[in-house]
Amino acid sequence: MKRLLGLLAVLFFTAGVGATETAPDLLVKNVTTEVLDIVRKDKDIQNGNTQKTLDLVESRVLPHFNFQRMTKLALGRDGRQATPEQLNALVEEFRTLLVRTYSKALTEYRDQQIIFKPFKMVADETDVKVRTEIRQSGGKAVPLDYYLEKNATGWKVYDMEVGGVSLVTNYRSSFSQEIRAGGVDGLIRSLQTKNKSSATSATKSK
Amino acid sequence: MKSDMIKTRLKTSLLAVALCSVLAGCATSGNPKDPIEGFNRAMYGFNDMIDSAVIKPVAQGYEAALPTPVRTGVTNFFGNLADFFIGINNLLQGKPGQAASDIGRVLVNSTIGLLGVLDVASEMGMEKHEEDFGQTFGRWGVGDGAYVVLPFFGPRTARDTVGLVLDVKADPVANIDDISTRNTLLALRVVDTRADLLPADKVIEEAALDKYAYIRDGYLQRRRNLIHDGNPPRERMD
Repeated sequence: MKRLLGLLAVLFFTAGVGATETAPDLLVKNVTTEVLDIVRKDKDIQNGNTQKTLDLVESRVLPHFNFQRMTKLALGRDGRQATPEQLNALVEEFRTLLVRTYSKALTEYRDQQIIFKPFKMVADETDVKVRTEIRQSGGKAVPLDYYLEKNATGWKVYDMEVGGVSLVTNYRSSFSQEIRAGGVDGLIRSLQTKNKSSATSATKSK
Repeated sequence: MKSDMIKTRLKTSLLAVALCSVLAGCATSGNPKDPIEGFNRAMYGFNDMIDSAVIKPVAQGYEAALPTPVRTGVTNFFGNLADFFIGINNLLQGKPGQAASDIGRVLVNSTIGLLGVLDVASEMGMEKHEEDFGQTFGRWGVGDGAYVVLPFFGPRTARDTVGLVLDVKADPVANIDDISTRNTLLALRVVDTRADLLPADKVIEEAALDKYAYIRDGYLQRRRNLIHDGNPPRERMD
């Protein structure tokens, strides 16, 4: 009886969200499972093949991220000084930086288990947090939380927290320091330099 | 004696750090959470130097030499020694349920878990917690205070530095009477902890524009999260 009620609740819930788009918790689960399955089978990625990992992230993960929102979140109040052109340049560079970081983390993935925490949301919510947890032997489980926002094309991730540390807002004080020192263009230049040096060290290590 | 030489060298380096920081003192960026940034950056550089010269290479060797189950056993062993005071801190923070679970962990892991080498308690559903005196003070309402980078210990806040003094006093490993056993275990713990952090190292390297600031801001966010046991009030973001 309990199970039947549960099933009915699920049906009701999915009907409420709308049949065309994936619920945010399901989206996170599907993408994580899909990507980690590929990483587990791919020796090149496990051995740190940067290009292959970047391609994987570009094709499977990026479409679900909202980099415009992420950049604005990282900039905070300082974002208001940026012209639309500067903002575009920032989004571009920040996106490269985040994708490189995410890819690096994937090549470090071994046998950790990802647990998807129970998820609840009200039918018309547009901003949610999906909780997962990385479990590994010999350590305390590390929470990995995704913040998603619903827009015209579906649910998009706009922040990720690892053990409570936001991968986006952790940049805020560095960004504002760069802007104070060299203006928005100074920050763009610093990001470009960082991305270029990462790209060259990646080709060298191959 | 060789150790005297190392001590003298360390003293010289620390003096150099102190001097640099006095000179760089005016070069702070005005971050309100980091009023002694000049000193902190110098100390960060000092710690980083010690890390890349000694601790990191040893940790890499340790990781390469020992299979994962053995390293997990070492991590579990030290984790078990820490669980008792994690329980005490949970009690001080008014969480008797979690405290009881921590003490239960010590009882189970010290016996069935072969002196803590196996974390049987986690498999039985007694979750491992992370608590220390700094968090307890935070829970009691003591604010962070200034961010400070300590020699060898690394990032702390003023509050967590006071907490650290109590953590060290309560540390079962630091209280072992036999000096050579104590030092061996302390060194093993440092190396084992460092080895566990090696993957994070590479990711931070890739992510950070300014490694010092990235680690500082990450540390502050992490502490805030820990004090609220994973559920801090969400800050207004944009």
